[in-house]
Amino acid sequence: MAVTVHRVTGSPLDVMRIRADFPVLSRKVHGKPLAYLDNAATSQKPRQVIDAMRAVFEDHNANIHRGVYEFSEKTTAEFEGAREKVARFINAASAREVIFVRNATEGVNLVAYTWGREHITAGDRIVSTVLEHHSNFVPWQQLAKDVGAEIVMIDVDDEGRLRRDQYSAALKRGRVKLVAITSTSNGLGTVLPIKELVAEAKAAGASVLVDAAQAVPHKRVDVRDIGADFLVFSGHKMLAPPGSGAVWAPAALLETMRPFLYGGDMISRVTVEKTEWNELPWKFEAGTSSYVDAIGLGAAVDYLETAGMDRIHEHELFLTGYLLPRLQAIPGITVYGPKTLEDRVGVVSFNIEGIHPHDVATIFDSEGVCVRAGHHCNQLLMAKLNVAATTRASFYLYNTTDECDQLISAIGTAKKVFGI
Amino acid sequence: MDDMYRDYILDHYKNPRNSGDLEGATNTYADSNPLCGDEITMALLIDGDRVKDVRFKGRGCAISQASASILTEEIKGKTLDEVRAIDRQHVLENLGIPISPARIKCALLGLKTLKGAAWGLSTWPGDDENGRPDGAAAGARDAGSE
Repeated sequence: MAVTVHRVTGSPLDVMRIRADFPVLSRKVHGKPLAYLDNAATSQKPRQVIDAMRAVFEDHNANIHRGVYEFSEKTTAEFEGAREKVARFINAASAREVIFVRNATEGVNLVAYTWGREHITAGDRIVSTVLEHHSNFVPWQQLAKDVGAEIVMIDVDDEGRLRRDQYSAALKRGRVKLVAITSTSNGLGTVLPIKELVAEAKAAGASVLVDAAQAVPHKRVDVRDIGADFLVFSGHKMLAPPGSGAVWAPAALLETMRPFLYGGDMISRVTVEKTEWNELPWKFEAGTSSYVDAIGLGAAVDYLETAGMDRIHEHELFLTGYLLPRLQAIPGITVYGPKTLEDRVGVVSFNIEGIHPHDVATIFDSEGVCVRAGHHCNQLLMAKLNVAATTRASFYLYNTTDECDQLISAIGTAKKVFGI
Repeated sequence: MDDMYRDYILDHYKNPRNSGDLEGATNTYADSNPLCGDEITMALLIDGDRVKDVRFKGRGCAISQASASILTEEIKGKTLDEVRAIDRQHVLENLGIPISPARIKCALLGLKTLKGAAWGLSTWPGDDENGRPDGAAAGARDAGSE
């Protein structure tokens, strides 16, 4: 299939300078330079994030929100400062609307177990899509089973773009309480017209949860512009440590919700008879938070802001525009998902005829190329594509065209090994 | 990599031995690794206490298919007790290549289906890639999250 490539001009980022901030990127793997192309799974971490976290441990570690002494006050200030940074980053109206969680998965579960169990009842419908990561499908599937609700799945077309006709029809059928939808596919890199989809759902009386785990790291995300009820994302895919992530929801909505987990820090007053909840956002943060991870997330946001989210997105499209035609010029390669740079991010899923993705990834590894091989927590999509697995390369701000060339060369090695 | 994809392995992958349907099969067991989509169906023709014939069908990565193919060559004519006694170590030694932790499940799927067939199972009791019905899982777990 011919590839239409738009806007391949050059990268707006000083990538070599950025790479110098990431200690792991200078490593060699099996004697080959590392080409880390598995960023949709998790990102590498810059020295600025590592240093911010180390500084807490080495300089002023103490539990947050509790101690009345300098260390605790300083750590608390950094933790709440990170929340302010995240709130600004996604344009939340207030830091009170940012709840720290371990990852996007926990975020979805928080909403499913609180708002979901209070509002979704027998006969209601939950609209989801085959593009969803399992983390934004299984919690709703299980909730639907528990309460007797119905899951309505929306399909994609051959290029992995959402079937808007099906989406509109599903909303028109009525009784849709929730639309649980990703704004960017982790398997194909498709960017959905999320603002339009949210508006259509709201007009039909549905609430909307947006899984922005693949969006927030790569594009400017403005929660007030999108207008959803909930938006979740993970820190580890955006230069921050695993264990950091956030749920955003409007304060007025969060105020109406019951807590998710019960325990310390999320209470204001406890007697034997009853407990009063803490204020937002702490009502949803029971126990000692992963505060060092959250501080790392704050440092990651600083780093991304400095690089510039628009430039990062442009850089990733530049790399995608570089890789796609070179990949498709190789006989026996099938590329899944959008074939143009319109409405996509830097995720490229493909297969090599005659070689299973796991064998591809193993051979790539020997060439220093890290990619994901498997179903990408996306079994519904794999079924739709009629494949068991794909090989997936995914970019971030530190990737280079040299790494794309290394991947292309590794495909040659794989074909040679398999005598194809 | 050169270690992992020796000619021996690639030969079994491209030209699987004892591949196809087995007419008159007495014992059949099928399993898959959902993570990567490897699938194997192992069919045995058991006569008395011996494996008179074997065929397997499958699709998936080179390691899973070659491992199953190599196993089928070895078990023809063996007693059921001998087949049931084959352990993971034996299979890994048979492959003769270093298998990384993430690929252990691929390498052992053939053994699992063979054990299922040899014990006459219809479903697997537990979640053990050693092929032992009562064993504890060891080695690679699903590397499937992100």
